[in-house]
Amino acid sequence: MNARMEVPSQTKDAATTERGYIGQSAPRAGAKRLLEGRGAYIDDMRLPRLAHVVYVRSPHAHALIKSMDLSAVKKQPGVIGAFTGSDIAAYCTPWVGVLGHLKGIKSAPQHAVAIDRACWQGEPVAAIVAQTRRQAEDALHFVQVDYEVLPVIVEMADALKGDYVIHPELGDNICFQRELKTDDFDEAFAKADVVVEKTFKFARHTGVTNEPRAVLADYQPADHSLTVYQATQAPHMMQDIMSRHLGIPESNVRIVCKDVGGSFGIKVHVYPDEMATAALSVMLKRPVKFMADRLESFLSDIHAREHIATVRMACTKEGDILGFDLDDLTGIGPYSVYPRTSGIEGNQVVNLTGGPYKHKAYRAKLNVVFTNKNVTCQYRAVGHPIAVALTEGIVDEGARALGMDPAAFRRRNLIADDAYPYTFPSGLKFEKLSHHQCLDKLLQMMDYDGLRAEQKALREKGIYRGIGLAAMIEVTNPSPAFYGVGGARISAQDGATLRLDPSGMLNVLVSVTEQGQGTEAVFAQIAASMVGVSLDKVRVITGDTAVTPYGGGTWASRGAGIGGEAVLQAGKALKTNILAVAGAVLSVDPATLDVVDNAVVDRLTRVEQMPLAEVGRVAYFRPDTLPMDFQSELTVTRHYTPREFGFTFTNGIQASYVEVDTETGFIKLLKHWCVEDCGTVLNPMLVDEQLRGGVVQGLGGALLEECLYSPEGQMLNGSMADYLVPMAYEMPDIEIGHVSTPTKTSELGAKGAGEAGTAGAPGAVMNAVNDALEGLGERVVEQPMTPERILKALGKI
Amino acid sequence: MTEKRCDISLRINAEQVERPVLVRQHLVDFLREELDLTGSHLGCEHGVCGACQVMVDGKVVRGCLTLAVQCDGKHVETIEGLSESGVLADLQAAFLNHNALQCGFCSSGMLLTALNIVQNHPDATRDEIRDHISGNYCRCTGYQAIVSAIESVLVARRTGELAGVAR
Repeated sequence: MNARMEVPSQTKDAATTERGYIGQSAPRAGAKRLLEGRGAYIDDMRLPRLAHVVYVRSPHAHALIKSMDLSAVKKQPGVIGAFTGSDIAAYCTPWVGVLGHLKGIKSAPQHAVAIDRACWQGEPVAAIVAQTRRQAEDALHFVQVDYEVLPVIVEMADALKGDYVIHPELGDNICFQRELKTDDFDEAFAKADVVVEKTFKFARHTGVTNEPRAVLADYQPADHSLTVYQATQAPHMMQDIMSRHLGIPESNVRIVCKDVGGSFGIKVHVYPDEMATAALSVMLKRPVKFMADRLESFLSDIHAREHIATVRMACTKEGDILGFDLDDLTGIGPYSVYPRTSGIEGNQVVNLTGGPYKHKAYRAKLNVVFTNKNVTCQYRAVGHPIAVALTEGIVDEGARALGMDPAAFRRRNLIADDAYPYTFPSGLKFEKLSHHQCLDKLLQMMDYDGLRAEQKALREKGIYRGIGLAAMIEVTNPSPAFYGVGGARISAQDGATLRLDPSGMLNVLVSVTEQGQGTEAVFAQIAASMVGVSLDKVRVITGDTAVTPYGGGTWASRGAGIGGEAVLQAGKALKTNILAVAGAVLSVDPATLDVVDNAVVDRLTRVEQMPLAEVGRVAYFRPDTLPMDFQSELTVTRHYTPREFGFTFTNGIQASYVEVDTETGFIKLLKHWCVEDCGTVLNPMLVDEQLRGGVVQGLGGALLEECLYSPEGQMLNGSMADYLVPMAYEMPDIEIGHVSTPTKTSELGAKGAGEAGTAGAPGAVMNAVNDALEGLGERVVEQPMTPERILKALGKI
Repeated sequence: MTEKRCDISLRINAEQVERPVLVRQHLVDFLREELDLTGSHLGCEHGVCGACQVMVDGKVVRGCLTLAVQCDGKHVETIEGLSESGVLADLQAAFLNHNALQCGFCSSGMLLTALNIVQNHPDATRDEIRDHISGNYCRCTGYQAIVSAIESVLVARRTGELAGVAR
């Protein structure tokens, strides 16, 4: 937050196009500070009387807490207090992670700190507060808990079978189910010439934000107010939740989100330890900080994915796709995560499978089940990587069965670019997509025919290279249909306040948060362009519920599209108001004026009439010189909510080129391409690297990342030495291309781009691996595609 | 029981520092907690992510795997000092202009590895740059912008474009 713009001089004159800075690769001004080690992450804060909390975490995946003795803990040096779940519950009410529009979804009440029973290894069971983190951690060893170990459910199939039920009051282990079937489904599959079927498995992985989760809560008893400094994506959502569960009036709760060291969906949920930290601040009437360490991040940050899904596809012998059939099983841990629920991921898989293609028949079945592992919830690209890999995996299977080239098969079946608006069998509505333009661009960028020839030539020499394609659609700019209609108090609307300061500078307050994507930078570009000032005159502030307009924050690829439109509208309104002041000063019709390069000019001659600093000076300090009936309004607020469509879909396509060592099972990523249509591109440099980062995150899930659990529900690889993440050397260069179909739902025309890379990469690389191994063994259908799984598919082990 | 402390005397950036430190305290905790040098970050505290990197006597080390007492008599340089001395200036400018960071949490460590590359491997290729930075975890970028930023500085230094920048 509080980005200070010190844009390098080469960008100051960049506002040469019709849309000003929009579309320019301006560097992020706020990033300079971060490069000098002067970031302001939560753990960098210093407050008087700050106390530190650490949590005692259950060593068992499922156990009754028969008794707990904290008396020895309380005698340790520096310890301020030690608290059980019941102690915390007196200050923080429990929650249930369900939403009204996910019909039938159920979960059990969850406390900030477990009271009688722990349901996953890592669930907080007690809190220790001390003068220093070190003292609190030392005191951990003096906790005495008598556990009675209960049966555990680790496998999703066992959960579904339900011989043992984790929450007996729920009746079974099913959190959420959904089934849909189009009228023509049976007919389509009956008349198909070819039906292909595969079962795919996707492991659990997790976000591994470089900065672990962090919260610092500061309660002031004098006015019953709570300020929470939190690394979060959704400050107003957290304000509402802290208010309701801690019993503090909404406006007395202030959430401040300073620099955040990566989020990706990890930092948009309600975490028991973070709620308990706020409760402890209220209880102890002093600031309390919780900073997760890496080991507890692996046990308590939300996990994601974990699906076993069977997908079938029906085709004619000519190569037309007639329909898809999906059966997805996903496991979410013991609770549906609050408040967004853990039903959304599976629901997205149902919504999106088959998404880019023009078939009309679809049947889907989804089971979301409870297990005794860490909870899962929305993580970057929610459901998309699964839906895309399932769709594109079975599309390649179909192309093989028909003896068609995968690119040609896709060209035949992708929804035509002139078919919009279009309603997809799952009920989704697409405004305007560009699958064919994207495919054409991709094939040209990668020299598809040339690569195919190279692949063939090398195969004759025993070098196994493969090409994989993955077309995709992506949910962005969500309307209230995502959460609001289900009863979640999560804003679908965002707002921007623009103020012209006396010196002619722009102060911009936006409800969307900055997590490093560059949201503040693009807001500055939009504001500067709309008002007519140079970029160095703009200051952007985000991430403070006491300061910014009310809004949803950063998730579901909504920041640029929704927040950006609010900034655009506020900028237009402010410009009108600036011209009104100038018109009054100059005694001319404001319609004859314009603002360009920090000055009011004559609209026709472009001759400068007065600098903005003069407008500011007169408006603020000498309004006595203005007409009696004139009041200047140099602060304006505008909001924007997408409402015409449930989501503003983007589309794109990716390609992966790999080489597989059939002796070791190692995969070398040679090159990756991504063509994305995110509508108006606000800052190509920022979008391109965000797409690349997304691709790498997707490649991590496809090749490396897996949360491994023992049959007892113990996580086996909860450290960065054991849990593999993508590092620079294994990652390929990634070429990005754009097709631009601006959404007409907003004047800005921007759609989201943040999740596209993660959505498409796993499907593309899986198809590339299977292309490389064509004819050598079984298909690789399990992600991550580890060397072991490759060799198993090849029948070598 | 009072925990054992050791007196250490060391140079940190441009200042001489004398402190009693807990024997078990690692260097980054010492820098962050005792000296408020919060530019070095803790991402994993087990030597994998590289966010904690600092320089000790001119060599890049993992600050979380180095004890403060080990630095007695040594010269420790952090992102704060290296920024103020100007030694990182062209790398910082290149990172900004290539968008070679998003959240910035890895940047302190990444810049130190980058400094090591430009100082000791001036002819590194893109593949070699990737190899060198493969001990620094970045979750936000696709690494490509980082490679490009470092490469641009190598090229500029080779061709003398940035004459006057501290080497």
